[in-house]
Parts: sequence; C-alpha cells; structure tokens
Amino acid sequence: MAKEFLSGNEAFAYGIRLARPQVISAYPITPQTIVVEKLSEMVEDTSLQAEFIHVESEHSALSCAIGASAVGARAFTATSSQGLLYMAECLTYASGGRFPIVMMNANRSTALPWNIYGDQRDSLSLLDCGWIQAYAENAQESLDLALMSYYIAEHKAVSTPFMANLDGFVLTHTYEVVEVPEKEQADLFLQPYKTENKMDLATPRNLAFSVGPDHNIAFKYKEHVGILNAKKAILEAESKFAEIFGRKYSGLTESYHTEDADYIIITLGSIAGLVKETVDKLRAQGEKVGLLRLRYMRPFPNEEVAAAVKNAKAIGVLEKDISFGNEGTVYTNVNSALQKAGISVPSSNYIGGLGGRNIPEEEILYIFEDLKNEKGIIEFLGVGGAKA
Amino acid sequence: MSLNAKTLNEDEFFFGHKACAGCGGSLAVRIALKVLGEKAIAVLPAGCMSAVGFNFPQLCFGNNAIISTFAGTASMLTGVEAGLRAQGIHDFHAVGFAGDGGTADIGIQALSGAIDRNDDILYICYDNEAYMNTGIQKSSLTPFGAKTTTTPAGKNIRGNIRPKKNMFEIAAAHGIAYAATASVGYLNDFINKVEKASKIKGTKYIHVIAPCPTGWGTATDETIDFAKEIVDCGLWYLAEYEGGEFILNHQPKEFTDVAQYLKKQSRFAQLTEEDIDTVRNSRDQKWESIQKNYKRI
Repeated sequence: MAKEFLSGNEAFAYGIRLARPQVISAYPITPQTIVVEKLSEMVEDTSLQAEFIHVESEHSALSCAIGASAVGARAFTATSSQGLLYMAECLTYASGGRFPIVMMNANRSTALPWNIYGDQRDSLSLLDCGWIQAYAENAQESLDLALMSYYIAEHKAVSTPFMANLDGFVLTHTYEVVEVPEKEQADLFLQPYKTENKMDLATPRNLAFSVGPDHNIAFKYKEHVGILNAKKAILEAESKFAEIFGRKYSGLTESYHTEDADYIIITLGSIAGLVKETVDKLRAQGEKVGLLRLRYMRPFPNEEVAAAVKNAKAIGVLEKDISFGNEGTVYTNVNSALQKAGISVPSSNYIGGLGGRNIPEEEILYIFEDLKNEKGIIEFLGVGGAKA
Repeated sequence: MSLNAKTLNEDEFFFGHKACAGCGGSLAVRIALKVLGEKAIAVLPAGCMSAVGFNFPQLCFGNNAIISTFAGTASMLTGVEAGLRAQGIHDFHAVGFAGDGGTADIGIQALSGAIDRNDDILYICYDNEAYMNTGIQKSSLTPFGAKTTTTPAGKNIRGNIRPKKNMFEIAAAHGIAYAATASVGYLNDFINKVEKASKIKGTKYIHVIAPCPTGWGTATDETIDFAKEIVDCGLWYLAEYEGGEFILNHQPKEFTDVAQYLKKQSRFAQLTEEDIDTVRNSRDQKWESIQKNYKRI
C-alpha cells in the first residue's frame, strides 16, 4: 500500500479510480473541480478506463449517470452547492429508479449571499431525496469511502445512490498523507456491478415508469427499506474492508470518549478532528467530555445516537446548517432519535461555520462549557445576541 | 432497397397505449421503432408519449425504453449510449422521442450539449406545436396565431404572437452529423430519414411534424391530411442537413392555400385576413431564404 500526499479531492479521485466506474459525467464547480480534473487526467493516462462525458450542466451530469446506470454501467458524478441544487430533480429520480450511482459532493454554502466556502446546507437541505449520505472527516476516509460507496450502493438489498460529502476547502483542498490501496486489493474488495435493474438487449425492459395512486406507496416503501438495508451493508463493507486493507471504520457513527462522558458534542464532517483534540485537552484536565461523529445522515443512526448519549448530562449538536424557521436539521434528527428511545437529555443546537467561517477551538471549548447549563438552546456561534 | 411503408417491419414495438385518437406523435414513435427494430433503446421525457405509454403495470414498449426527466432526454441518451459502449456493446440504437416543449424549450440545453459532444444518438422531436400533454399551452414551436390555453384569443391578443423557432436550423448550426425535417404526412420520407440516420455515426436530429387533433382542433381522421397540407402549403418543408449543407427534399410545384390550411383548425379560428397575410409573408420570406441557401435534390 503506497503512501501519498493528497488533498481530500485527490484522495476521493484515487478511491474512485480503484472502484473503476465505467461512465463519469461531471460538470466543474468550486470546490469540487479538482476531482473532475484528476479523473480526466486518469482517463487520459489510461490508468482509469472510463467514458468521461463533458456534460453542459449538473442536471445533465446526473441525468447522464442515470442513463448509464439504467443499462447496467457503474456511474460516477461529483458536484457541490448550486450544482447539487441544480440537479436536485435528478436526485429523486436516481433514488426512485434504484440506480446505485455514486456522487461526491463538496459541501459548500448555497446562495444567496454568494459564497464558495464550506458549509453543509447544500446536502442537508436534500436529506429527503432518498440518497445515502455519508460525511468524511479526513482525506483517508474520503478515499476509503469512495471505494466502499459502490459496495454499499450496489448491494442487492440496497440498490440506492450514494452521496459522499467532503467539507469544501477544509477537506477538499487540505493535503494529508494517505494510504492508497493497490489495484489488486481493491478488485478483491469490489466486484464488477451486476444488476437486473437495467435495460437489457436480450430481455427488453421499460424502466422509470409512472405508478398511480394505488401502487405508488408500495414503491416508496421498497425504496425506504432499501436505504434502511444500507445499515447492514455499511457494516458488511467495513468488515470486508478491514479484512483486506487493515483499516477499520465504525459504522454509521464514530464514538470518541462517549462511554463515560457527561457532555457530548454531536457533529459531522471535518470539524470532528478539532473536537477530538479539544476532548483530549479537556480530558487531560479531568473533564468528562466526548464526541459522537455522525458518519452517515441517511440512513440515520437512531439507535447508535441513543446508545451513545443515554448517560450524558447534556449534548450539543454542532452543525454547519440551519433549516430556516426552525433549527439545524441534524439537531432535529438527533432529537427524534432520543425521543424514540425515550431518552430525556437536555440537547442544544450550535449553528456554526456557515459560509466557511472558521470554528476555532475557543468555540468548541465554549460549547462544552455552555452544555454544563443543561438548558437546551439554539445558538448561532459568534453572532452576538443571536440566540433563538 | 430503402424501406417504405409496405416493406416495413411487421413487428410492433409501441402498442396498447392510451394516446388520443388520431395522435400524430404516437404514429411517429411507432414507425420510427419499426425502422430501428428491437435493438432500439428509447428515451422519452415527461410528455405525451411517456404519459400514454408507461403506466405501471401497463407498459407499452416492446423494446427497451425509459422515461427521462423533462429536460434530460439528450443527457440520458448520452448516458445510455456511453454505458453500453463502456460494456463493449455496440449493436443498438439509442433513440430519443421528445415533444416540441421537451426539445425546443426545457430540453434544448441538454440537446445542444449532446450535439456539441457528437454523441452517437438519434434524437427525434415529434412536434405537435404546443405542450399538449398538460392541455395545450404555448411552446417555442407554437406557430404565430395559434390559440393555446396560455395564449388565449381575446380582444387584446389573438393567440400566440411569436413565430415558430427553427429547431432544425438550430441543430444544424452546431455542425451536427445529420439533421432532417419530416412530417407524418410524408411517411416514406420520414421512414427513409430514420433509416438513414440509424446508419450515421454521431448525433442525428430529426424534427417530425405530428399533428394533434386535440390541440389543433381537427378531426381525428384528418391527422395525415393536415400533416401533408402543412408541407403542401409551405408552412413546413422537408429537408436535410448533412456534411455542412442544407438540402431541400421536396419542392411543392405550387403552394396550396395557407388560409385554407389555417381556417380548418379551430386553434386558428380567430385569425383576421391581416393575420393570415402575416403568416403568408413569413412563409414566403422563409422560402426565399431556402431557395438561396438550400441545395435541391
């Protein structure tokens, strides 16, 4: 296994090359562009045998990927922010058609105001579109996710498209030493895509049809079951991944010192790295604090969240998102998990990092301190008097 | 020997659907699929033909077929073509059937992208001159003077005030491998063009006039008559674009009366003599330019 110095974008592209997609259709957008450029170079130097389609928009990028998937090809696309919103119609199309396309999304703020920097409003606003949603913390996890994403999406019991999210710039453009698996190992891990859900010249099919009121809900139920089945497929993929590559992942969530923690921050994406460091510092001072990182938002880790925080005195959900007129979407989902499990723990919502604003260590320290009040608030970090 | 209506494949690939009586669009799809055969993979966007042909569990295509998003006919065709080619499969025809709205309005960006890439696909626009599936609203291919539900004829405005966009020449302006106009009223010409297109590599665009009795306000047994007459009176023409040249396939000896063509359709019932002169003049202008710029066979 070779070590390389790669950005998140590059690491993801390396992972995609190992997954051998047959069709790549993508449109450039900051901060995703480097993935597309990197994959183009790989196609040019023949280290990746794929049809690279220079589409004229994100809508066409995903529409093209759906077409390729509908004839049984493994398809990849990547986007960000406005691009993700522009292709939104195709998102529900891909999931409803059960086409296991993989897309990398570079998390970026959505206009207005215009802003190219990272927050998670783009993907979280599309949480309900039927895609598996994963959030990477670092470049290594990005590469590994790229490879695992196809295993999970194409799993027979799942057959659901997969959106892998990387924080814009903070992760997409930051370089780390990354272990790059060998091709032969990757081929052991991931088999070629085989499906019956395709148009086939030997046995013609009509796909993507209309379903009226009588049967529609049955189709939607099956779609729901498919994405729920991803929970098992994720564990299966990670176990096989650990066997072959030696790197272990922990399923839908990652717990960091939550077992005995009084105060827990729940968050997702690259900010988890800083929260871990802060937890270490506070633990050294004798404070019982912990982190629960949500690696997946869909399917949502209801049981894992409840199990991790059931003994805590208070939890804080830190997210780069706001559902205007209510609260952060992650917070809503976390509270629902607690309510369903019958757990009553004060939970607060800290909205931060919007439009790429840095979340410094002081703000993490502030959250852990504020949680001691155990009162349950919704707060925009760093905005004077913006408590809701 | 080239195909014609008599020698056409007797197999049916589009049947049992619930299109309106006299539907020109369904005829265009049915005939084109007979030409292309069982190896056709059809992509149809939201629109009349997908609405009438894909109602689970009553699926009406004998060959492979899929509905695309409204804007995504061409981009999905691209994916189908690339996906099969990437798997080493080459003996198929990726064919799209989109209406005038799906082609000239919401789908023009994806179509332009596909032509620009010269993707090996055949795109057939069945033009019934309005958004008929949603109940007759104006598209950019609705002709001047036509009454639709969004261009009602009242005291202030008498129907659509803008001329029909020339999609054939727009496709050609990309330097497309092959483009053609056709009409279901000249079926052998349409059949020949589909057959010819199926043998050309690169992007092919065929624009076929397909009258809609429901939207045009004509009798259901007059579809073919109107599809002939629109050519005979010069408001439509049969042509090709190939190798950088425009070719006129059919020169009517003398145009039939435009007024007669218009007055038989209730969508044009409100037109004044002055309006009809406008239609006639714009026809003559177009033909002047055709005579100048198109080669004749």
